[in-house]
Amino acid sequence: MKPADQGRAVGEGHVVLDEVTRVYPARGRQSAVAALGPVSLRLRRGEFFSVVGPSGCGKSTLLDLVAGLSLPTEGSVHFEGRRISGEVPDGVAVVFQEDACFPWMTVFQNAAFGARHAGLPRTEIRERVDYALSFMGLAGFTDAYPSQLSGGMRQRVCIARAMVMRPRLMLLDEPFGALDQQTRLLMGEETLKLWRDTGSTVMLITHSIDEAVLLSDRIGVMSTRPGRFIEIVETGWGRERDSRTAMDPRFGALQSRIWGLLREESIKALGIA
Amino acid sequence: MSRPAALRLLLVVGAVALLEIASRLAWIDPISFIPPSRMAEGAWTILASGRYLDDIVLTLATAGAAVLLSISAGFAGGIALFRFPRLRRVLDPLLLSWYAVPVFIFYPMLIVLLGLNRWPLVAIGFLFAVAAMAVNTLNGLERVPQVLLKTARTLRLGRIDEIRLIILPASLPFVFTGIKLSVVYSFLAVIAGEFILSGAGFGYQIAYAYNNFDNETMYGLMLLLLTFVGLVNLALHAAEQHLYQRRVPRDG
Repeated sequence: MKPADQGRAVGEGHVVLDEVTRVYPARGRQSAVAALGPVSLRLRRGEFFSVVGPSGCGKSTLLDLVAGLSLPTEGSVHFEGRRISGEVPDGVAVVFQEDACFPWMTVFQNAAFGARHAGLPRTEIRERVDYALSFMGLAGFTDAYPSQLSGGMRQRVCIARAMVMRPRLMLLDEPFGALDQQTRLLMGEETLKLWRDTGSTVMLITHSIDEAVLLSDRIGVMSTRPGRFIEIVETGWGRERDSRTAMDPRFGALQSRIWGLLREESIKALGIA
Repeated sequence: MSRPAALRLLLVVGAVALLEIASRLAWIDPISFIPPSRMAEGAWTILASGRYLDDIVLTLATAGAAVLLSISAGFAGGIALFRFPRLRRVLDPLLLSWYAVPVFIFYPMLIVLLGLNRWPLVAIGFLFAVAAMAVNTLNGLERVPQVLLKTARTLRLGRIDEIRLIILPASLPFVFTGIKLSVVYSFLAVIAGEFILSGAGFGYQIAYAYNNFDNETMYGLMLLLLTFVGLVNLALHAAEQHLYQRRVPRDG
């Protein structure tokens, strides 16, 4: 899509959230829960945006709304100038925290699934999948089944599946949450590489401040439920970066700034003090 | 062959050998318990003479009909229970107590309803098997991980494709357990039904031979039946392995 086509209706911005709220309606004896908002946000095309916040603040709700997996109670979400209405728009890919590999398919079939369903020509699919799998370091595992892989590798399969779709917006819902620390750091680097390589916009939900600071251009810090952005922090990193950014003196400053913002919210969320 | 498999084989062979010796040396009454070798002889005679072919075919057809009916109705029922939670809330306690009901007591009623033919037996096999299929189908559908359904939506699958490409394969292991149980339960119910209630079939002939002190035939038929059920079980096991080998790393 050419830059001229985008964002006519809602100004600039690849993704635009306008006064979005999400209320889970009352069910049985449970009263209604205001999970999110109101939230307004504008993602720039090609930026790496992370969302951090205390547990249960509505981070994943936010991601579901942007993905079109659920509808806002109030307000609107626009992607490339088009309003999202309960369907995942073309050009958006999502990677979840849970293992989303299809256990009855090989790695190759898993990675190719979306493209095959979209009806791309065979040779094109093969090309894209081969590229994505070798990018993700899975070239030797094309015929393996997910049960034969480690958790980190399975998550890479899911990322490869998203990558094959050539998304213009990648939504990552704590994709490394279940992985150990070292794997997590390396996966972060892979994600940066992927982001640079594809030029797509990335929105990452995470509960790790380090991960957010390390990877992002901007970080949205959310309050307790109903989650709102209390501040959006610019990191100012260059596009070429990796986990060595952690050695930069600004890293610590950003980290403590975000923790300062989050600490009180987290305390509130825990219900202590 | 792995060690446990070898030991298992040894156990079976040992047990058969022990029976043979015990019977031949008259440790146990050789008239009421003939040695396994003579059972095999009896089985062979039955097969060679073709005397019971009609009964065997009849039993297979009856059980086969019960299997087909219970699998299709159970599958549809499981889907309905999954799709309509209210229906499920109503039926759940009934399903749970299903196997507390001795279905055989309905035989007289089924004869009145269906006539004096094979259908009451089919009905008993069906009733015995259908709940297992429905419950397992429901179980399988319920256990499809939410994240796979979400992924299907992000990959823009329609409802039909979602069912065909995601829900069915994801719930297949459970559905297959339902199929296995349906086969086993149908055979069990049909043969037991014949044994006590019918005038033809495998089960009936065993009972008939028993009543006439025809031990060779009785044990021969029993052996044939055991062999057949064993083969069915092996076939199902092989099919299951074929389905699962792709999901679970095979060890050893």
